[in-house]
Amino acid sequence: MSKTESKTKKTTKKAAVKPSAKAEVKAKAKAEETKTQPESKIAELQQDRERKTVIMQGNEAVSYGALDAGVDFFAGYPITPSTEIAEILAEELPKRGGVYIQMEDEIASICAITGASLTGAKALTATSGPGFSLMQEGIGFAKITETPCVVVNVQRLGPSTGMPTSPAQGDIMQSRWGSHGDSPAIVLYPDSVKECYELTIRAVNLSEKYRTCVVLLLDEVLGHMRESVTLPDMGNVRIIKRIKPTVPPHWYKHYDENQKYLSPLASYGEGYRFHVTGLTHDQHGFPTNKNNEAGDMMARLRKKISYNIRDLVQIESYMMDDADIAIFAAGIVARSAKAAIAMARYEGIKVGLLRPLTIWPFPDVAVRKMLLDVDTVIVPELNQGQMINEIRRLTKDKSESDVIALQKVNGELISPAEILQKIKEAI
Amino acid sequence: MKFPKNYEVRLSGSGGQGLILAGIILARAAVLDGHNVTQTQSYGPESRGGYSRADVIISDQDIYFPEAINFNCLLALTQEACDKYLFDLRDSGVLIIDTTYVKNLALAAENTYELPFTDITVNELGNPITTNIVSLSFLVKVTGIVSDEALETSIRESVRPAFVEINMKAMKLGFKLAKEYKI
Amino acid sequence: MANIPLKVVHQYLRHDKKFPHVWCAGCSNGIILGAVVRAIASMELNRDDIVMVSGIGCSSRMPVYIDLNTMHTLHGRAIAYATGVKMYKPHMKVIVITGDGDCTAIGGNHLIHAARRNLDLSVILVNNNIYGMTGGQCSPTTPHQALATTAPFGNIEPEFDICKLAIGAGATHVARTTAFHVTEMQRYFQAALEHDGFSLIEVVAACPVIYGRLNKKGGAPQMMKEFRDNSVPLTAVDKLPPEKVEGKIIRGVLHQETRPEFTKSYADLLERVQTMGDK
Repeated sequence: MSKTESKTKKTTKKAAVKPSAKAEVKAKAKAEETKTQPESKIAELQQDRERKTVIMQGNEAVSYGALDAGVDFFAGYPITPSTEIAEILAEELPKRGGVYIQMEDEIASICAITGASLTGAKALTATSGPGFSLMQEGIGFAKITETPCVVVNVQRLGPSTGMPTSPAQGDIMQSRWGSHGDSPAIVLYPDSVKECYELTIRAVNLSEKYRTCVVLLLDEVLGHMRESVTLPDMGNVRIIKRIKPTVPPHWYKHYDENQKYLSPLASYGEGYRFHVTGLTHDQHGFPTNKNNEAGDMMARLRKKISYNIRDLVQIESYMMDDADIAIFAAGIVARSAKAAIAMARYEGIKVGLLRPLTIWPFPDVAVRKMLLDVDTVIVPELNQGQMINEIRRLTKDKSESDVIALQKVNGELISPAEILQKIKEAI
Repeated sequence: MKFPKNYEVRLSGSGGQGLILAGIILARAAVLDGHNVTQTQSYGPESRGGYSRADVIISDQDIYFPEAINFNCLLALTQEACDKYLFDLRDSGVLIIDTTYVKNLALAAENTYELPFTDITVNELGNPITTNIVSLSFLVKVTGIVSDEALETSIRESVRPAFVEINMKAMKLGFKLAKEYKI
Repeated sequence: MANIPLKVVHQYLRHDKKFPHVWCAGCSNGIILGAVVRAIASMELNRDDIVMVSGIGCSSRMPVYIDLNTMHTLHGRAIAYATGVKMYKPHMKVIVITGDGDCTAIGGNHLIHAARRNLDLSVILVNNNIYGMTGGQCSPTTPHQALATTAPFGNIEPEFDICKLAIGAGATHVARTTAFHVTEMQRYFQAALEHDGFSLIEVVAACPVIYGRLNKKGGAPQMMKEFRDNSVPLTAVDKLPPEKVEGKIIRGVLHQETRPEFTKSYADLLERVQTMGDK
């Protein structure tokens, strides 16, 4: 085969997986109800098993969520306890014409997904604590260049290598402040296998909409846990794609903005020939040393989050209506809390749960309301005190003793009995 | 079968005994029977040796805490696992031990089933690789937590096609041992 | 080789707001930028389909000035970002502009792995033997005994031979030239852009203001003269006595081989996987 021939062939092959073509295929498949190659992994499972409820692992759910959200580029590096995500996508992405590449390290992984995203991909990587630390500079680059991408961090215990197969919630603050400089963060935190699927789709959607790096935090237990999941109807799953510019190339501003600080994003190869840089830049993307332009850029990064808090923040309020005591917990710990609440309610103690599905931006409004409504807040977390300080930040008219910590960092989960004991101490 | 509350099973032993696969099979069977289920595991970083356990919680309600705390049923394939977890078995809980490796019992549970599963598997099927399925099938038959059909389908879906036949033999062996077992 | 008039070169530059450039007087980066533009112009490539990726350093400022799809990334990571671009749109030409510190110190891992994969990137490595942007610290290519602000008593470390490193890691097209040999440079850039696989062109460049002053090399013209007099074309190496080659910069295409290119291997994998599904 001559060189030119092979080139044309490859281009056409790539064209078959372009988003628009993909949507076409999807519509076609729906119309004909064919049984070959369903676009959605969930639909495929439903077809194969002929049932709506299946058993699924958290990491599997993340992988299928990514595929169903339209992720077509994954670059990663193996690390326990997130490796299953890479393994599943290594098998599934090539089947769909997407790209899977195992990089030389986690730094390269975050860089590759950012490069691919600027070229038009919906891109995702998955890692755990040590890899997440290595990725921080690259996460900052994705944020300052406003490039959509998703990092899944299946957290494990400890600083350094720690305990790779044990749960911890030690990266809550790293996911917010890990990258140097000052930058906003969108971080989602599921508590069940089903939510792993849903929040992965949401993470990809938010990254595309807000043009930023969105982090999905998982607990080790959730990544490896299997659970019965009733699969959603794909017709009800909403997929968001980045807004494309409609202006001619010489009018294009890479960081144009509307009232909500959301802006269109061109991809390399579409004729816009834009520049991105990790340097502080102007609206066109070129480096600047002017203080007013630098201030504008930093304000823009902040405002696109702060002006859209209502769209970003998701919380679950569980048995809070009549509660005197509230538990504030995220992820797997919220499930221990729910078990403890069942036990406490059986004994007549009025206790409820406030659970953030979005931990960053922090749900200030809901927490303030909770602090007004209840006497005591218990904050169980698998670290040495991270979320509790966010709550203390909001306690204007409460004494320190009304916010009770319950912390565990020995590789075990906080059990319902431990939470129940704290509840009883609080009465 | 109705579950008034959570039914908690812990399968324990050492790495390489196939306990996590057994846990997945049991969990999948419970889903096939229409129950809610969670399956978690804990193991050391190595894939052979070390400790290993798989928890399966079956319920008709929402399952909150996903790990077994107070077992309705404990399967112990090693002495170490038996010593470690025996005291977390409920009062009327079912204890199943592999006497090939478990030689001492720290306390006498009322529903204790003792069989040399590994030895029996080696004698009947030629090697110990399916001890997990033999003992799981025994557990299923004794406790009745999932239906035989669900277990069979689950095994077929969970193991590689080349190994379905040997695992079917193992399942039948487990059922037979349960049927013939005299307390 | 087509002679590209200055007017055409100007059409490839981003004039509004981006000039004056950041480079010092006498820096070789402008010469290299000119050669890149002339290579692209004479090949008549569609510039919408060219992505230029750089890391951090003096040479890595180049993408700002050239009207292509451009990306100025993190220190050392240009090749990793370029990998994402090339893998997602394999038909695009991806040029990586990087320096000796950027590519062989902090980014050494990405260099060797992209070379191993034989991913079709054209890496232009501007080797000025020093960290210029930060003011003259020693780099992996600072010569033994040379002075740098962080080697005030002379550099005691041996230096990298970048081309040998790239060849050892699996690069399929490797060449070296100097900032003095402008037409040769342009020719090598064109060859790199035409090559189907990982190519690395090392351009030995002058940093008269920092490296030159620290090491008493004289000004830019003296350094250029040194490149002229102290370099030997590869074709002449065999004909010269060993003492005339010793310590000289060897210029030329040092390595060229054909090996499956990575995006092509990936396309083959896709085809294999997808036809597997049909059966």
